[in-house]
Amino acid sequence: MEASRRKFLRIGGACALGLGALGISDALAGSSEERETKRAEALSAARWGMAIDMKKCWENGKPGCIECILACHACHNVPDIGNRKEEIKWLWTEKYENAFPGQLSGLEPPAFRERPFLVLCNHCANAPCARVCPTRATFKRADGITMIDYHRCIGCRYCMAACPYGARSFNFKEPREHIKTELNRAFPTRERGVVENCNFCEERLGAGKVPACVEACEKQNCGAMVFGDLEDPGSKVRKLLAAHFSIRRKPELGTEPGVYYIIQGAHYA
Amino acid sequence: MLDRALTGSSMYYKLLGVLLILAAMGLAAFCIQYSRGLTVTGMSRDVSWGIYIAQFTFLVGIAASAVVVVLPLYIHNMKEFGKITVLAEFLAAASVVMSLLFVFVDLGKPSRILNIILYPSAGSILFWDVVALSGYLLLNLVIGWNTLEAERRGTALPRWVTPLIYISIPWAVSIHTVTAFIYAGLPARQYWLSAILAARFLASAFCSGPALLIVLCWLVKKHSRFDPGKDAIGKLAIIMTYAMLTSLFFLGLEFFTAFYSGIPSHMEALKYLFIGLNGHSGLVTLSWLFVALAAAAVVLLLSPNTRKNEGMLAAAAGCVFASMWIEKGVTLVVAGFIPNPLGKIFEYAPTFPELTIALGVWAVGFFILAALYRIAVSVKVEAAGQAVFRID
Repeated sequence: MEASRRKFLRIGGACALGLGALGISDALAGSSEERETKRAEALSAARWGMAIDMKKCWENGKPGCIECILACHACHNVPDIGNRKEEIKWLWTEKYENAFPGQLSGLEPPAFRERPFLVLCNHCANAPCARVCPTRATFKRADGITMIDYHRCIGCRYCMAACPYGARSFNFKEPREHIKTELNRAFPTRERGVVENCNFCEERLGAGKVPACVEACEKQNCGAMVFGDLEDPGSKVRKLLAAHFSIRRKPELGTEPGVYYIIQGAHYA
Repeated sequence: MLDRALTGSSMYYKLLGVLLILAAMGLAAFCIQYSRGLTVTGMSRDVSWGIYIAQFTFLVGIAASAVVVVLPLYIHNMKEFGKITVLAEFLAAASVVMSLLFVFVDLGKPSRILNIILYPSAGSILFWDVVALSGYLLLNLVIGWNTLEAERRGTALPRWVTPLIYISIPWAVSIHTVTAFIYAGLPARQYWLSAILAARFLASAFCSGPALLIVLCWLVKKHSRFDPGKDAIGKLAIIMTYAMLTSLFFLGLEFFTAFYSGIPSHMEALKYLFIGLNGHSGLVTLSWLFVALAAAAVVLLLSPNTRKNEGMLAAAAGCVFASMWIEKGVTLVVAGFIPNPLGKIFEYAPTFPELTIALGVWAVGFFILAALYRIAVSVKVEAAGQAVFRID
């Protein structure tokens, strides 16, 4: 009896070890799972990116305009949690000193310091969030979009520790109870316990439409947000960046952000 | 041999009972967390890891520290450690169980934990840490069990176990190095982005682990007929002293680099911890308690008179353990998130359910530890030809 139980335990243990080893060999082999299938009308790019002309944003928009944020959050069923501890945000505004910490000269016009800067996921070429994810729930698409598989995410929040831009939000509580906009049935709501962030509207790109924020900005005749292929020298975004001075958030970290900020001279006195 | 865990004095049963109650309370709190989400914790969008991941980090250190007994015994033939090597290995096993449990209770989707193995990611340090910890748990259980079995039968250790022992030495170092790499490779977090972090982790592990082992040996000696031996404890005390000093030296290096360079992002977390930052000072009291405990430990350990006194040594070990628990088991993780990547401060304090769950996990670990120690001690007492347990 004793001997056979032991033998059973030993064999069982060996099997468990073998299964574990399978996982390691899988990881070492890396993954090139093709998860993308394209529709005919889909927009495509070698690397999607965005340029935001802040002067246009401040001067062309109506006072206090946040149409882009409203459009984004409505279109993606982003819950309005209502407190800073657990808020979910894909696109929001920050002051210059927070969007670009350490870049303040200290002698800027006071009005400039109060101006809102739009911030969102930078869809970094070297995305630390995707690098650290233990389940590959966060991954980079071939076109540069940083994606999250809401059904695979285990909610370890390692990606939140890794993101240098505070772009990721975690669903601390049931988000569906906090969706205050009309439910968009074409986009999934999330469950409690997973991380989410801006997806550059990959679902809209797939249907041949530009991101919701860009569309909302265009509707306001503001034209501050320009979206396009960063690797195509002929694209609108590249031409804009070739003609204007622009900066990116924390470029010294080597993440290669895909969101550029055009800073044009403005007179504040 | 396992049946020995079921026999013991009334005090042993009382201890198990108390631990079981604490574990049950933790489980109840976990049920609340499971049904309502991590909103019941103090964690936030800004401080997205709290006491759970900090305990995980600290306990990996305790687990790794078994190497300070195993290495001198098997590489340098320091025979005095022979009596306590099983105790160190079992402590390591219990600590690994606790650290894995702390990862589990921290997950937003605990039901998906197997995704770590089903969809492994070679680029993720967390994945490698889970692999390293599982392997280490297995190594310590197998080695500890066979060592004890050999002792019980009065035979030599099976030959196939010896290579495992040698593998366990670098493996112990690796688990804590990998744990440090979880933090030290993140471009977003300046407080953790330090090449010396892994060395700091190992140094603090090699003092806090032996500290706990000294206290446990002291308790075992007090409550059973097994005496771990003055020589083993004395050697452990010396190792703990050196590791404690090294640990504080390494922490000092962080201060030098941050404050001599004067780079704000390097200074901010340290300022937050020790003097407060922009009016936020939630961890200042705790940080100075760390300083006070560390200072007390150093004073007690540097003097041979106090270090060689059993009671004083236990007190010093308590100070070492408590100070390193504050540094690695609380402040290191929390301060990494303060200020956040946007330069804003949102403070963290654990909630009651969160603390109850944490206490519950510790209770589960110590329940396992108590059972394993009960087995080890009864085998050792018997093997030594002594009468059964004094408190039986």
